[in-house]
Amino acid sequence: MKFLSEYRDPQLVEQYLNELHKVTTQPWTIMEICGGQTHSLVKNGILDLLPQKIRMVHGPGCPVCVTPLNLIDKAVYLAEEKGVILCSFGDMIRVPGSQKSLLEAKANGADVRILYSPLEAVKLAQENPTKEVVFFAVGFETTAPANALSVVYAQRLGLKNYSILASHVLVPPAMEAIMNDDEARIQSFLAAGHVCTIMGLAEYYPLVEKHKVPMVVTGFEPIDLLQGILMTVKQLEKGEAKLENQYSRVVKAEGNPAAQKTIEQVFKIADREWRGIGTIPNSGWEVRDELAEFDANQKFTVNIIKVPECPDCIAGLVLKGIKKPYECSQFGKKCNPEKPLGAPMVSSEGACAAYYHFKNVGEMEMAEA
Amino acid sequence: MCLAIPGKIKSIELQYDGRVRMAKVVFGGIVKEASLDMVPDAQIGDYVLVHVGVAISIVDEEEAQKTFQYLSEIGEIDELVESCQL
Repeated sequence: MKFLSEYRDPQLVEQYLNELHKVTTQPWTIMEICGGQTHSLVKNGILDLLPQKIRMVHGPGCPVCVTPLNLIDKAVYLAEEKGVILCSFGDMIRVPGSQKSLLEAKANGADVRILYSPLEAVKLAQENPTKEVVFFAVGFETTAPANALSVVYAQRLGLKNYSILASHVLVPPAMEAIMNDDEARIQSFLAAGHVCTIMGLAEYYPLVEKHKVPMVVTGFEPIDLLQGILMTVKQLEKGEAKLENQYSRVVKAEGNPAAQKTIEQVFKIADREWRGIGTIPNSGWEVRDELAEFDANQKFTVNIIKVPECPDCIAGLVLKGIKKPYECSQFGKKCNPEKPLGAPMVSSEGACAAYYHFKNVGEMEMAEA
Repeated sequence: MCLAIPGKIKSIELQYDGRVRMAKVVFGGIVKEASLDMVPDAQIGDYVLVHVGVAISIVDEEEAQKTFQYLSEIGEIDELVESCQL
């Protein structure tokens, strides 16, 4: 496939690795923010090919993982008690709530549907005028235009039976929180390519300036990641801290203005609770007051009790890059993709799931020792 | 979640209220629909990056080459720097 296969070329991978081994003289810690990048690094075996001095730490860029327990319980309640057609992305359906996941609610008879796009949920609302359709709209900046568009289309079509349960989180406030966490000790970042496709580069310059950390906006294919890491290491070795863009075939400095306008039209900035991390000020979006009829939070009264997290799960430490998945006492034991204790074991972007599927636990422990 | 895949626009038609440009996008043989609202300039034949049913960027063919030229370019720059230092 064009723009995909050529970024997986083994020969070029080797050339990038050779250059990386040549330029790396000191130990460096680099965090890739996005869970998609985590999976690509682990799945393609890149972590094992990097110079030993480079330590990749996996960031919180998995929206499914950071969606609060309470909101999952709310979605389950809407599906079971309010009789709505509850739709979301596949991963979200499988994340455990305090009692059950949406998938378990579906098995018990609730109308829960896995969709590829929120725009399909709008069509579903059109086709089912007597039913309420709620889309559980999770995501980072990348997914916000699609979720916002679903509201715009529903409004234009005059639909009264469509709303979204929004759990939108933003990358820059999370980066700021990580930099302010003394335990995290991150020296540089691979910024998330598709988030920047929407938002552009402007909001990252102040972070680079304030914390003096190199940052490279990076794509998702093996060669993208290796080039991003190489650009980062070159800065670290020279003692520089700049914002660079490896993923220029897709990311423009200004981002996508049409997408930003649509987001602005539907969402406003709000404080957000991040599962495992806590509340970060101004770190998310919620539906604007004037569009309250499309906001499931405002449309339905939900009385549920807030329940504490499973004490055995260290998801918060994994999401902040403080612990590796296999350092959890339950990893691969009580917690596995079939029966996950926490969200990072569920999502196709969660670090725990990536290590479970693609890494040998024995090897991991030995490598670390 | 932020997974987005480049595909080629095969055809464009109007949907929803008749105002939304929806494209049929081909991904190595698989065809999916995507809204073109976020990429108003996209035309048939363009490669667009699609995320959950919405095209979010037109892939820039010229910029796409840079990743392949990067290593030889930094090699040339390093040589230049070294020769200046000699």
